[in-house]
Order: sequence, then C-alpha cells, then structure tokens
Amino acid sequence: MSYQADVAPLPELAVPSKAWRAPEGSLGKSRERLAWLLVLPSLLVVAIVAVYPLYETFRLSFTNTRLASARVPRNVGLENYQTLLTEGAFRDALSHTIVFTVVSVALETLLGLAIALVIHSNFRGRGGVRTAMLVPWAIPTVVSASMWQWMYHDVFGVVNDILVNRLHILNTKVAWLANPATALPAIIAVDVWKTTPFMALLLLAGLQLIPGDVYESSTVDGASKIQQFYQITLPLLKPALLVALIFRTLDAFRVFDVVFVMKQFAPETMTVAVYARQQLIDLQLLGRGSAAAVIIFVCIFAFVILYTRLIRVEEF
Amino acid sequence: MHNDASSPVTRLLAESLSGQLSRRDILKRAGALGLSAPLIGIMLSAQAHVAAAQDASPVAGEPGSTIVVPEGLPTDLGGATINVIFGADGPSVPWEEAAIAKFTDATGISVNLTVGPQSATERLAQYQQFFAAQAADVDAMMIDVIWPGILAAHAADLSQAIGWQGADYFERIVTNNTIGDKLVGIPWYTDAGILYYRTDLLDKHGFDAPPATWAELEEMASAIQDAERADNPDFFGFVWQGAAYEGLTCDALEWQVSNGGGVIVEEDLTVSVNNPQAIAAFERARGWVGTISPEGVTSYMEEEARGVWQAGNAAFMRNWPYAYAPGQEEGSAIKDKFAITLVPKGEGEGATNADTLGGWQVMVSTYSKNQPAAIAWAQYLTSRELQKSYAVELSRLPTIVDLYDDADVLDANPFFAQLKDVFLGGAVARTSSVTSDLYNQVSTAYFTAVNEILTGQATDAAARVAKLAQDLEGIVSQL
Repeated sequence: MSYQADVAPLPELAVPSKAWRAPEGSLGKSRERLAWLLVLPSLLVVAIVAVYPLYETFRLSFTNTRLASARVPRNVGLENYQTLLTEGAFRDALSHTIVFTVVSVALETLLGLAIALVIHSNFRGRGGVRTAMLVPWAIPTVVSASMWQWMYHDVFGVVNDILVNRLHILNTKVAWLANPATALPAIIAVDVWKTTPFMALLLLAGLQLIPGDVYESSTVDGASKIQQFYQITLPLLKPALLVALIFRTLDAFRVFDVVFVMKQFAPETMTVAVYARQQLIDLQLLGRGSAAAVIIFVCIFAFVILYTRLIRVEEF
Repeated sequence: MHNDASSPVTRLLAESLSGQLSRRDILKRAGALGLSAPLIGIMLSAQAHVAAAQDASPVAGEPGSTIVVPEGLPTDLGGATINVIFGADGPSVPWEEAAIAKFTDATGISVNLTVGPQSATERLAQYQQFFAAQAADVDAMMIDVIWPGILAAHAADLSQAIGWQGADYFERIVTNNTIGDKLVGIPWYTDAGILYYRTDLLDKHGFDAPPATWAELEEMASAIQDAERADNPDFFGFVWQGAAYEGLTCDALEWQVSNGGGVIVEEDLTVSVNNPQAIAAFERARGWVGTISPEGVTSYMEEEARGVWQAGNAAFMRNWPYAYAPGQEEGSAIKDKFAITLVPKGEGEGATNADTLGGWQVMVSTYSKNQPAAIAWAQYLTSRELQKSYAVELSRLPTIVDLYDDADVLDANPFFAQLKDVFLGGAVARTSSVTSDLYNQVSTAYFTAVNEILTGQATDAAARVAKLAQDLEGIVSQL
C-alpha cells in the first residue's frame, strides 16, 4: 500500500474509470447490441446447464415428487425443509460435514504450507521431489479411495500390518473404517493425503511471488528467520492463502466420492452430499433430496460471500 | 455398449473384462486415453472380478463349457443388438460371456454385456435413473426378488414368455414376481441365506453336529476361535454381513424371525419390530462384534465375509449359496472342509428357522426398442439348460423344480437337496410385496437402525428400535 502511494499519479494526471462505456448515439447503440449478441450464446449455455437445473431443484424442493413413480406429486410448501432440519440424520450429516471440512482444510493448509516452504528452497533433486509430491493428487479419487479401503482392512490391511506386526505401536489390529470412532478420522486422513499437494502447489505459487530483496533487507535490519516468517512471508502470502482456502473449503463441504466409496451410507460418516444422494436416488424422494441440495447450495453461497468479503478487505 | 468395435476405448474395455490385462496396464492405457475416473474405476473393478473368476472356476475347463443351447429359440431376429446388465459376483461374468457367445451363434442377436455393481442398493439406484428418463439404453437386466413392486411400471409383461418350455418354476417366486396381471421378471436363480461351517474344525474340537440354535453357534464359535488363535491370530468364529446396506436387512431379518420377532411389516401393514424378541436378537448380534466376529464386520458385504472365510480364517459364515463353488475350487484353503446347514434359530416362543429369500429374475424394459430380441434373451437365460449349467458350474440355485432331482446338478452341489424344501415353503420373504414402492425406505430405515445398534452408536437398543418402529409407521402410513 505504501508502494502504491509512492508512485500514485499526481491528481491532475489522474484519469477517470477505465471501464468501457458505449459511445453515445446510434453507433453506440448498435455496438451495445452487438456486444449482447456475442455474449448471448454463452449466456444461453449457462442458463440451460446451470440456471435451469438450479431452478428445477428449487421447485422440486417444495413438492413431494418421487423418482420414476406413478404417484402424482403435489406442493407441500416448507414441509421438506422442516423434516430435514428437525430429523436427526440430516443434522448429523451436517455436523459430520462441518467437522470434515474444518479438520481436513486446517491439516491440508498447515502441511501444504510446510511442504511449499521446503520445496521453495533450493536443493539438489528439487525437481524430482516436486513431481513425486504431486502423485496423490494425480490419482483419481475413486481409485485412491478403493486403495485406501484395502489398506485399512481390519484383517488383511497394510496399515494394521505395519502398526501391529512390524512397528509394534499398537497391540491389536484396529478396524479403522468399521469402528465409528475412527471412521471419520480415517476418511479425513485419506482426503488430507490426497489434497495436500494441491495446497502445496497453490502456496508455492504464492511464495514465488514474494520478491527476494524484501528478505535481504530484513536480514540487514537484523530480523531472525522466525520474525521473517511471521512479518514477511505470511502477510505477503495472504492472497494466495485465501484463494487456496476458498477452493478447498468449498470442495470439502461438498465431499462425496471418498466417503461414498469407503463407507457408502453408513450413518457415522454420512456427509450432506451422501445424504442428498440417498434421498434422491435410493429412496426416490426427489422432493426431500432437492431440499437437501438447496440447503447445501445456501451454505456454500454463504461461504463464498464470507470469503470474498475477506479477500476484498485484504486487497492491495 | 459401443458399436465401433475398433475404438481404443472399446478395445481397452473388452480386454479389461476378459482379464487379459493387469491393473497397471489398465491404469496406464486408461490414463493415456484420458478416461474419466468413474470409468477407470469400473474397468478396474470389472477386471478384479474377472481375475478372481479366472482363479475360481470350479469345473475343469472353460467357464460356460457345460452350456447347452436350448431348442426353440427364434432365428428370425438376427442382426438385432441388445444391451444387458447382469452379474457382479466374481465368477459369473465369464460364464455370462460364454452364454452370450452361444446365444449369438444360435440366434444372430448381438448382446452387449455391462457388469453390474456389487451392492444391490446401488444397482437399483442405477436402474431407477434410466427408468426415470425412460431410456432405451438397456433392454434386459437382472432384478432382485424385492424389486418387482418398485419396477412394475417399467417392465414388459413376460407372462406369455415364461411358459415357452413348459417348465415348472417355483410357484412362490412366480407369485412374488407378478404384480397385478403382469409378470415383471422370469425367475432366474433363487437364493436363501445359509450357514457355512468348517467340518474339520468341528470334528477337531469335538462337536458332532452343526449348531441348531444361536446359543450353540456362539458356544462353538468361541471355543474354536480361542483354540485356533494360538496358531492363527487372524482367526474368527463367525463372519456375516453387517454393513449398512440391503444385505444387512437380510441378515437382521433372519435374526429377528428366528427369534419369533415378526417380519418388520406384516401383511396387514402393522409394524412388528418393536418387541422384546426382536430387540433381544439385535442385542445378541451386537455381542458378536469384536468377540466371535471381527470388529470390521459392521462394514462387510458378501465378498468381504467370503474373503475371510475362504482364506480359512473363519469357523462359520452366513452367506448366500454362491460362495459354495469358489470354496470348492482347486487351490482353495477350505476345499472339502466345509458343509452347509440352515441358519440357526433362537429359543423360546415363536422361534423358527428363517432363511431370507433372495434370488434374481430377468426383466425386460418396457422402453426397449428391441423387445422381441430382449425377450428371447430372457427366455434363453432362464431356460432349463442354462439354469442347469449355472447350477453345475457356479452353484446357483435353479428356479425350475425338477432340476433339483437332476443327477448332474446334485453331483456338483449335494447340498441342493436340503434346500429344495426351503423354496417350496420355508424361506422368509422380505416385506417388498406388502410395502411395494416404499420398500426401499422401509429397508433403509431398518438397516440403518440395526447398523447403529451393531456399531454401538445407538447405546440403548430398545430405544433405537422404538424410534425405528415410529419411523416405519410414518413410512407405511403413506401407502
């Protein structure tokens, strides 16, 4: 901010907003029309692919429609929302989702930051490490979830084998996925394993934008490494950090594949997306499932607004 | 599925299904082709099933070698192509492919086979999606014994087609499949939950006969487990299906009915689950988790349980008859060391033997553009010759009564004789015909409640069952 103040133009040289405004007169009108015509195809595509399904979901959430059924649907007002918010299963799913989101994003950010700092520094073999680090992110989620499911198996799994038979850290084999106390942590661990490289990449990009001379001058001023980290690195990393956090929070809130592959509809790990799918497809309750989907949409929307507010405040 | 037989994607799919590729090859080629994650997942799982199947063929020779093509198939439908979705169990896919090859030779109809998902709940979800869209994409499929009520509106009537050979199908199953005047599915193979037990271990530890009651099973299982644990720390007494899915409804129904606790929803729509016998049955099952059954049993489906059993790590298993053949193949750790019996019963008033009726039927979609060809396929697959081959090679229980007296069938599966009476009268059916299109909700509420009791999330079983009864009453009131 001080940087910009130093080079701000003199008031008499300041120019008004550079946003394009159509020139006055009939030429301007036809230019405006052309602009609209050129944008229309993509708006149409967005309307069909995004706006219409969204509208249908909203509409269905106020009815008691069933999937592929001969029963005639009717309007039931807010009954679906009422059932969802008072019934235990949806509230449990919501709490599982929030726990999943908070814990996994926190872990991913911390680990991603640590990894990004390490691979930002110069050392022999850095290229190879950067590539190897990306492997978990590159494996499709369905494949890695199935793989981890076998690794977590209570009788034949690798995890139990290493912890019990080789390293003797535990005495008996643990049923990681079956035991309700360890099921959600196990799934969080898989998600953290898979997505930390993504966070590390985003944060690495942010780190590389920080000019080196800032560090040099702070060393000259006598700052220690810890002070440099807290006073220089973190503040300058904030924009990249916020972008990464937005991406991951939204993704984590909507998590489906890893939970579904490993635990299907087990109540102890059900997340809101899994719940919505169960209602929509398995129980054919299109009305209730749509209501669940709308609630998810509203929560995500709230997150987006919150985060973009945060970013705007930090903008410089 | 794909008409262009030479496209690289089709070639990869065909090769992964025939088991020629390793998982690494599939990932490499699929990655190079840029296929989506779900498709890669499907190929890998199909390959796993086929690879397991190729290791698990009980009859010497190729899968499908015992198939005899029945007389009387139409020959005027050559050139038609139909898409079908069938088995998911490991060994059945190669057999189905052999059946398809012979069918195409005999009638000229091409059949594109898609391997279905292992979980019945998932399979129904898949079917529901294309029926909702009235898609003509799939012509024939296998449906569970509990689905005719749900899928009746989307089925072509097969009541004329079933009699083409004059064969006698089990009356109960045909009635189960008939909704109104429409025969929704021709019975293909039937199923009942049975108890597998290790004859060698029972002998070794001094037990003369398999357990007749749950109390006896618990006693035998813990005695055998304690003794075997000395050599094998991974040994367990009893494995079954405890994951939160339809299979748990089958197991739990057996516990409940065998204890005299009612059948969840009775014919007159009363909910019969909130009673002391049913609650006692669930609490007893909860007692097995972590003691005579592995802790992971609450996330086991059929294949996970069979994995533990077939490696020789269990004394008892509750599963479907399909597990008999893989256990008897060459190289199996338990070959010739096991036998089957009815599922144990409880004690006290109303206690009776209960084996949940399962089984699959062949249905033809009413939206199909190739109904005559699809119906010919359905008739072929459920014919006496094909059912006999399925029984001999893969120990599937036929739905044609006189096959239970056939010498070849009994040779390969001596235990079929015990089961004939089960289908003629003794098996317990789930409440699908009573609850029609609300069956899924009933079953989901039921298995979720039982799963919560088993995992300990619901600490008070009685309270959880009372809530379940409330939920079920709410669902049933919509009928």
